[in-house]
Parts: sequence; C-alpha cells; structure tokens
Amino acid sequence: MSTHAAPLLDAGSADTGLGNRGPQSKAIIVPYGFWLFILSDIIMFSALFASYAALVHAADGGPTGRDLFDLRNVAIETVALLVSSFVCGLALIAAKRRNMLWTQVWLLATGLLGFLFLLIELREFGSMIMAGAGPQRSAFLSAFFALVGCHGAHITAGLLWIGTLMAQVWAKGFQAHIMRRFLCFTLFWHALDIVWVAIFTIVYLMGMAP
Amino acid sequence: MTDRETERLDIAPGEQHDTLLNEVTSYLIGLVLALALTATSFYIVSTSLLWGPGIAVGLVVLAIAQMGVHLVFFLHITSGPDNTNNVLALAFGVLIVLLIMAGTLWIMANLNANMAPSPELMNLQMQH
Repeated sequence: MSTHAAPLLDAGSADTGLGNRGPQSKAIIVPYGFWLFILSDIIMFSALFASYAALVHAADGGPTGRDLFDLRNVAIETVALLVSSFVCGLALIAAKRRNMLWTQVWLLATGLLGFLFLLIELREFGSMIMAGAGPQRSAFLSAFFALVGCHGAHITAGLLWIGTLMAQVWAKGFQAHIMRRFLCFTLFWHALDIVWVAIFTIVYLMGMAP
Repeated sequence: MTDRETERLDIAPGEQHDTLLNEVTSYLIGLVLALALTATSFYIVSTSLLWGPGIAVGLVVLAIAQMGVHLVFFLHITSGPDNTNNVLALAFGVLIVLLIMAGTLWIMANLNANMAPSPELMNLQMQH
C-alpha cells in the first residue's frame, strides 16, 4: 500500500462530528444498510397502521374489536415477544464472547418464545375465522388481518432466520460475516418488537378502551 | 492501524462496545422499563379510574416511551457522535411514518366529513 492511499482513509476531520470520510468497514456498512431496510419496513407498517386507523369503525354491522379481542392472550403474546427480544440480546452478548453453548441456548430460547407468540396469534386468527370474523367480513377485519398478519409473517421469517443462524454459527463458528448476520438478525428482532408495541397499543388496547 | 480509529468514530446500529456487566445491565434495564410500561398500558385499559377520553392519549404516550426504551436499551441508538448516521436515518424514517399516519388520518377524516353519502347509503356500507 502506497503512502498516498492513507489520506483517503484518514482524511476525515473529527470536528465535523460525522466520522471519517472514505469507505467504512463492512462491519459498519452491512448493519447500516440493514438498518435502512428496517426503517423502510417500518414505513410499510405505518401505511398498514394508517389504513387500519381509517377503517377501524367500518365494521359493517359485524363484530368489532371489543367483541373479538382477548386482552389476556395479548398480554401473554406481549411478554413472550419482549422476553424473546431480551434473550436475543443475551445471545449477541454471548456470541461476542465466542461462547458457543450460551449463544445456542439463548438463540433457541429466542426462537421458542417467538414460536409461542406465533402459536397464540394463529390460534386467535383461527378462532376469529371460525366465528365468521375472517378478513372478508368487513373493512375493519381486512385491515386487522393485513396489519397483524403482516407482523406475524415477519415473525415467521424471523423464526426461519433463527434456525439458519443457529446452524451457521454451529457449522462455521464466529466468523466476521456470520457475526454481521447475527447483528442484523438482532436488529430485525428488536424492530419487530417495536412494531408489536404499536400493534398492541393501537389495535388491541385502544380497541378495548372504555 | 487506522481501522481501530475508524471503528471508534462510527458504529453499526445495534452495536455497543462495553464490558459484559455493562451490556447485560443495559438489556436488563430495558427489559424492566419495557415491562413496567407495558403493565401500565394494560392496567389503564382495565381500570375505570381514569377519565375515558384521556385513555387513548395516555396509551400513545406510554407506547412512544416504550419504543424509546427499546431503541436506547435494545438497539443501542445513542446521541453520541459515533451514532450520527444511525440517528439521522431513524429521524428520516420517523418523519415519513408521521407524514403517512397523520396525512392519511387527516385526509380520510376530511373526506368522511365533506363527502359523506346519504344516511341510507352510509348504513349500507359502514356502520359506526
């Protein structure tokens, strides 16, 4: 490497507060790109939230949230997802210490709690559809299934990702590119929990509020 | 050699650089705060102690507080100079989210008020 190349990497002036100019390392760029994806994903969710909020009273004489929602289930779902998010952070901490056993244990716990969340959600969907309150019943229910179902689909994708990640960490060890995927996964999982906070507040609690 | 310097001036979203105790403590604080905020949200819906119309506002405030807790303690978004890019991207995302949500609700409420069909048609399509 010639000495002329050095200023390119080190040309940033600290006084801008914006970090160095020039290409960053992959350890920064990859999670940053994934962060942009997550923010775009949240923008997509905001469109679903907006349509839900616009259609929440359009129940077409059918059941409303007050008739359908069970707050006890929602509370269990919420705690499961929150603890799952917490445990996922512990998995990342263990992975940074290159501790295979605890990484796998915490990842498994993350996945199982996510699976519990998904089971409760699917059971709720099933009982609603059985009771004739499926997505085709009214605009309110279409918006409900679109919003909550989209979050559930993300959780399902996250569960597949957990399985893949556990296998990759097991087979390939804590290599740099595996750790980048790990960090991206934790971003994804925490972001899903943030979306769930909005869902249980806007959909369930406001739907049941007196 | 400059790689070390570079990495200290910028940090990936979700990443923190601390000791084991600090990191676990941060997640624990986040968990406890989030649980407390969630419990409060569920409590104010189940109780009749509070003034009805104020409940929705309270719920929104609690939800925003909990999202902040998640961002700080789980996603490790800070106000430090190494987080500038992450925060700027987040701020832009929040701006778009607010525009979509507020814009949709504003326009749809306006349409509802100004272009409401006759009552019979209204009953046919949607019942409030």
